[in-house]
Amino acid sequence: MANWIPLWVHKLSSPPNFYRFAGALRPWALVLALLLGAIALYGGLVLAPADYQQGDAYRIIFIHVPCAWMGLFIYGVMAVASFITLVWRIKLAEVVAMESAPIGAAFTFITLVTGSLWGKPMWGTWWTWDARLTSELVLLFLYLGVIGLYHSFEDRRQGARAAAFLAIIGIINVPIVHFSVNWWNTLHQGSTIRILGPSKISGDMLWPLLTMMVATKCYYVASLFGRVRTDLLAMESGKDWVRQIAESAQEGRR
Amino acid sequence: MRGRMSSPRLSTACAAVLRRDLTLAWRRRGDIVMPVLYALIVVTLFPFALGPEEALLQRIAGGVVLVTMLLAMLLALDAMFRGDIEDGSLEQLMLSPQPLALMLGTKILAHWITTALPLIVIAPLLAAMLHLPTAVMPVLLYALLLATPLLSLLGAVLVALTAGTRRSGMLLALMLLPLCVPVVIFAAGAVAAAQQGLPWLAPIAWLGAALVMALVLAPLACAAALRIALDA
Amino acid sequence: MTSLSATAPVLLEARALSFHRQDEPVFGPLDFSLHAGEVALVEGNNGSGKTTLLRILAGLLHLDEGELRWRGQPWRRTEHLGDTLFLGHHLGLKADLSARENLAVAAGLYGTRAGRDVPGVLADIGLAGYEDEPVRRLSAGQKKRAALARLLLLPGTLWLLDEPYANLDRTGIELVNRLLAMHATEGGAALVTSHGAVSFLDGEPTRVRMHA
Repeated sequence: MANWIPLWVHKLSSPPNFYRFAGALRPWALVLALLLGAIALYGGLVLAPADYQQGDAYRIIFIHVPCAWMGLFIYGVMAVASFITLVWRIKLAEVVAMESAPIGAAFTFITLVTGSLWGKPMWGTWWTWDARLTSELVLLFLYLGVIGLYHSFEDRRQGARAAAFLAIIGIINVPIVHFSVNWWNTLHQGSTIRILGPSKISGDMLWPLLTMMVATKCYYVASLFGRVRTDLLAMESGKDWVRQIAESAQEGRR
Repeated sequence: MRGRMSSPRLSTACAAVLRRDLTLAWRRRGDIVMPVLYALIVVTLFPFALGPEEALLQRIAGGVVLVTMLLAMLLALDAMFRGDIEDGSLEQLMLSPQPLALMLGTKILAHWITTALPLIVIAPLLAAMLHLPTAVMPVLLYALLLATPLLSLLGAVLVALTAGTRRSGMLLALMLLPLCVPVVIFAAGAVAAAQQGLPWLAPIAWLGAALVMALVLAPLACAAALRIALDA
Repeated sequence: MTSLSATAPVLLEARALSFHRQDEPVFGPLDFSLHAGEVALVEGNNGSGKTTLLRILAGLLHLDEGELRWRGQPWRRTEHLGDTLFLGHHLGLKADLSARENLAVAAGLYGTRAGRDVPGVLADIGLAGYEDEPVRRLSAGQKKRAALARLLLLPGTLWLLDEPYANLDRTGIELVNRLLAMHATEGGAALVTSHGAVSFLDGEPTRVRMHA
C-alpha cells in the first residue's frame, strides 16, 4: 500500500471495518432514497406543469434522465475501483467494482426501456437509432461484457481482476463510441430530434429532476453496500471476524 | 547472468515466433480456408434473403462485406492463444528473456496474415457479388486494410483476458461488440460516403489514426491482460 | 555435490513463502535455500502445492506472502527471465512441428549454451532418427525427451522441473539424472518435483518438504 493514502482509507478498506460501516450506513441511505424518490415523483408527476409541446408524455424524463445519468456515473465508479484493483490489489475495490456492474447495467436497461417508451409518443416508434440511445445500448453491452467475464472465471479474485481490466478498456471506449455514433448519425441523416437540447427547462421541472438524481445516488449506495456486505462474507468465510458474526447471530436467535 | 548475456537479439526472436506461427498455419491449411468459406456462404445468403434487386444489394454491399469479415474474424479469434495455452508454449514464451508485448505483437501479426489477409483477398469477389461499383472497390480495400488489423489487435486483448477461462466464443463476441462499433462505423461509413460521391478520406484517416494507437497500445495491453488471466 | 554446496554461493533463498488460493492456504510457510551446484527434490503428496511452488518461482504466479531472494537481491520476475528454465506438465512443444523445429524456436527466444547446437543435442538426448518427425507422432516418452532437450540446449542457471521422471523408462530416468548432474557441475541449480519414489541421483539430495 502506498504511503500517501490516508490511514483512515486504509482502515476502512479492511473487510471487517467496511462490513460494519456499510451495515450502519445502508438503512439510512435506503430511507433517504425512498423519501427523496417519493418527493421527486410527486413534484414531477403532480406539481410540475405539462409541457406545451409534449403534454404529459415528457414526464418520463423524471425516471429516464436520472437513470441515464446513473448508468454513466456507476461506470465511472466501477472504472475507478477497477484501477485501484489492478494497481493495489485491494479486495474491497474488487468487490465494489464487480458489484457495481449489475446495478449499473440495471440503470442502463431502465434508461433504454423508458427511452423506448418515450419514443413511441415522440417519434411514433419504439426504437430509433438516435445517437444517445445507441450509445446507451453500447454501454449496456459493456456492462454485460464485464459481468460475463467476471463470472466465467472459477477464481473470483482473478475474474475480478480480468473484468476490471475490461472495464478500464471500456471507459476509454465510451467517448470513442459516442463520437463515432454522432458522426454516423450525421452521415446517415437519421431522425435527429434532440431530446435534451439547449431548450430551457423551467424550475418547476428542474427541482424534481435534481431530487431524483440524489435519490438514485442514495439507492445506489444502499444497494451497493448490501451487495458488498454479502460478497465480503462469502469471500472471507474462513476468517475469524465472519465466524464471530455468525456465532453472535446464532446466539441472538436463541 | 549467463542467460542474460547471451539472450538472442529481438529480431531473431520475432522471426522465430513469426516463422513458427506461419509454419503451423501452413501445416493446417484447411483451417485458413474456413473463415473464407464462411464469409462466402454468408454473402451468398443475402441475395436469397433480400431478393436479387441490384439497387438494394448495391446499397448494402459495403456494410454486408464489412460485417461478414468481422464475423469471420471473430470465428478465428478464439484460437489465437488457445493452442499455445493448451500445450504450454505460451508459458515458454512468457518466460523467455524477450519483451512479451513484442512477442505477442508478432503473434497477432501472424494471426492477421493467416486469417484476415485471405479474407481481404476475396473481398473484391464478395463485393462484386453484391454489385458494389468498381470505383468504390479501392475504398473498400483501404477500409479493410485498416479495419482488419485493428480488429485483430483489439480482439487479441480480449482473447488474452479470456485465456484463463473455459471456451467462451459467445463471451468474446459480447466483449468485442462495443469495441468494434466505432471500427465498423468508420469503415462502412467510408464505403458509404464513397458510394454517395462524398469525401471519404476523413473516416479512413480516423481508422488509420486508431490503428497507429492500437499498434502501440494493444500489444502492451495484451501482455498485461494475459498476465492477469493466467495468474491463478 | 553436497560438499560443494557448503562453499558455493546461494542462488535462491525463500523465507516464509506461502500461497493462498481463494483464501485457502495451498502451502507454506516454507523456508529453503538453493546453492549453485545443488539439486533439490521437492517432496509432498498430491495437492500439496509442488507445482504451485515451481510456477511461483518461474514467475508464472503472483507471490502472495514471504520473501524471495535471487543471488542475494530481492527476487523480481523480470530480472531472471531466461536465466530460469521451466518444464511443466505441458511440455511446451508444438505437436505439428518436429523436435528440431521446436528446438529452433526455443533457441530463437532463449539463445543457446556455448558449444551446443540443435542436431548435437537431439542426438545426445536419444532422439536421433526422429528429428524431423512431427511431435504428435512421437511416444509420450519421446515427447518428454524432446522437452528435456531444451534444458540441454538453452542457457539458464535455475532449472524448475515439474515431474520430469513421469512417462520415462529406466534409461530415460538415467538421462534426467545425467542432465541434472551435468547441470550441477556447471554451477547451475535445480528444483525437481516428484510424487513417487524414484532412483534420484546418487547420494542424498537436498529435500524441500511441502506441508500437505
